[in-house]
Amino acid sequence: MKTFAELNFPGRLIAVEGLDGSGKSTQIYLLKRWLEAEGIKVYFSEWNSSELVKSATSKGKKRELLTPTTFSLIHATDFADRYERHLLPLLRAGYIVLCDRYAFTAFARDTVRGCPPEWVRGLYSFAALPDITFFFKTDLEVSLTRILEGRPKLKFFEAGMDLRLSTDPYESFRIFQGRILEQYVAMTDEFKFVVVDANENVEKQQVLFRKLVSEKIDLKKFKRRSPLPLPPAIQPENKTQEIEGDMAAA
Amino acid sequence: MKNPEGIKTGRRFYGHGIPRVKCADLAGKLIVVEGADGSGRSTQIARLVDWLETSGHATVQVGLKRSTLVSKELEEAQGGNILSRTTFSLFYATDFADQLDNIILPALKAGFIVLADRYIYTLMARDLVRGMDETWLKNLYGIALEPDAVFYLSVEPQELVQRNLSKSATLDYWESGMDLGLSRDMFDSFVKYQTAMQGAFRKLQKTYGFTIVDANRPVGSITKELRKKIRALLAEE
Repeated sequence: MKTFAELNFPGRLIAVEGLDGSGKSTQIYLLKRWLEAEGIKVYFSEWNSSELVKSATSKGKKRELLTPTTFSLIHATDFADRYERHLLPLLRAGYIVLCDRYAFTAFARDTVRGCPPEWVRGLYSFAALPDITFFFKTDLEVSLTRILEGRPKLKFFEAGMDLRLSTDPYESFRIFQGRILEQYVAMTDEFKFVVVDANENVEKQQVLFRKLVSEKIDLKKFKRRSPLPLPPAIQPENKTQEIEGDMAAA
Repeated sequence: MKNPEGIKTGRRFYGHGIPRVKCADLAGKLIVVEGADGSGRSTQIARLVDWLETSGHATVQVGLKRSTLVSKELEEAQGGNILSRTTFSLFYATDFADQLDNIILPALKAGFIVLADRYIYTLMARDLVRGMDETWLKNLYGIALEPDAVFYLSVEPQELVQRNLSKSATLDYWESGMDLGLSRDMFDSFVKYQTAMQGAFRKLQKTYGFTIVDANRPVGSITKELRKKIRALLAEE
């Protein structure tokens, strides 16, 4: 697998990975705001968001119909749709593409669900590697607290209930997240994740995040020729939805 | 094929298979009928079901685009022609996996005879003709169980055109491979596409070793041949 830069794409892809509650969605949103303000051509793509595949995925999740294999395949379908219709053309057009989760999410989750790692990796072998992958690494307890503080209603697959780890959704979620974290840690060297200490506060993380991105990518090359008006900030209620959206992707 | 302990031998997945499923538990039979539209697949399957059930075998039928999970969405996507190749391929694989996990494997565990109106071979052939990577496809369909028998109903493309036109007076967009841009003329495109599909099937036959049945013949003689082969398969018990 090669990165987009190695494949001579004019664009660059930055992915963020980490557990639910690691704060990666907030960080990538703030990065996007900054890049937009700098007049850079930027596009944001979220895991499990292809319009076409979404209705099937939510049906499968609602009816608790998904098996490890179909869970894996339907997410791969979603990824392929976004990859072929959005990511590739945008990267050809010289965009900075920001991905909230990439194939590594599947490598971690599907493996925990019992799919053979080589099979899952084979599924995603059509995709190039991100130019930078940030791993927002929190202590398990920190991310669990962030998610579980409000005692949200955990969904079946989100809590990993299909793995029959525990009949208590909260306990199941803990074990499940712990196993996913192990997978991320194990992949760190292999895929050269840039590890960000996500136990730090939001502002400190963002300063570091922006610094790392501008060190690794010559951002001025990605400026629009004619600047677009800045899109409006996302309203607070929408932002809550975004976080919930990320949770639903679990 | 059972050894003295009554444990099934020879049963295998093509690749990694399905997590936590043991081949030894799959007592039934999986019989696949492959072939283009107009090759007589559905007719033959209906006849086989009648015959098997009358002889006291429980049967279940599966086929492409019949999953609860994605059949509707797949249909919509096809109508709009908006999916790229990898996406299509994975969507079909999801449809297949859903039926494998939720119908085929449980039915085999319960000792049923599962009749599949097409299997992974059609899906692979379609993708191969569209230039998808063979290694990638083999990994993808490593989840599939090797059937007890696969019959490929082979009909000459020229004869397929006649059968399709006499049935519906038109040729199907996808069965004509119109997405490939082989020809703007649907008739030409159909013949070229079906010829390419037969080439892909012949290639797959070398790996997967299925039985090629000459389906240019009358319906009755094909049924006879299929019954004979299935009878032998059931007698192995």
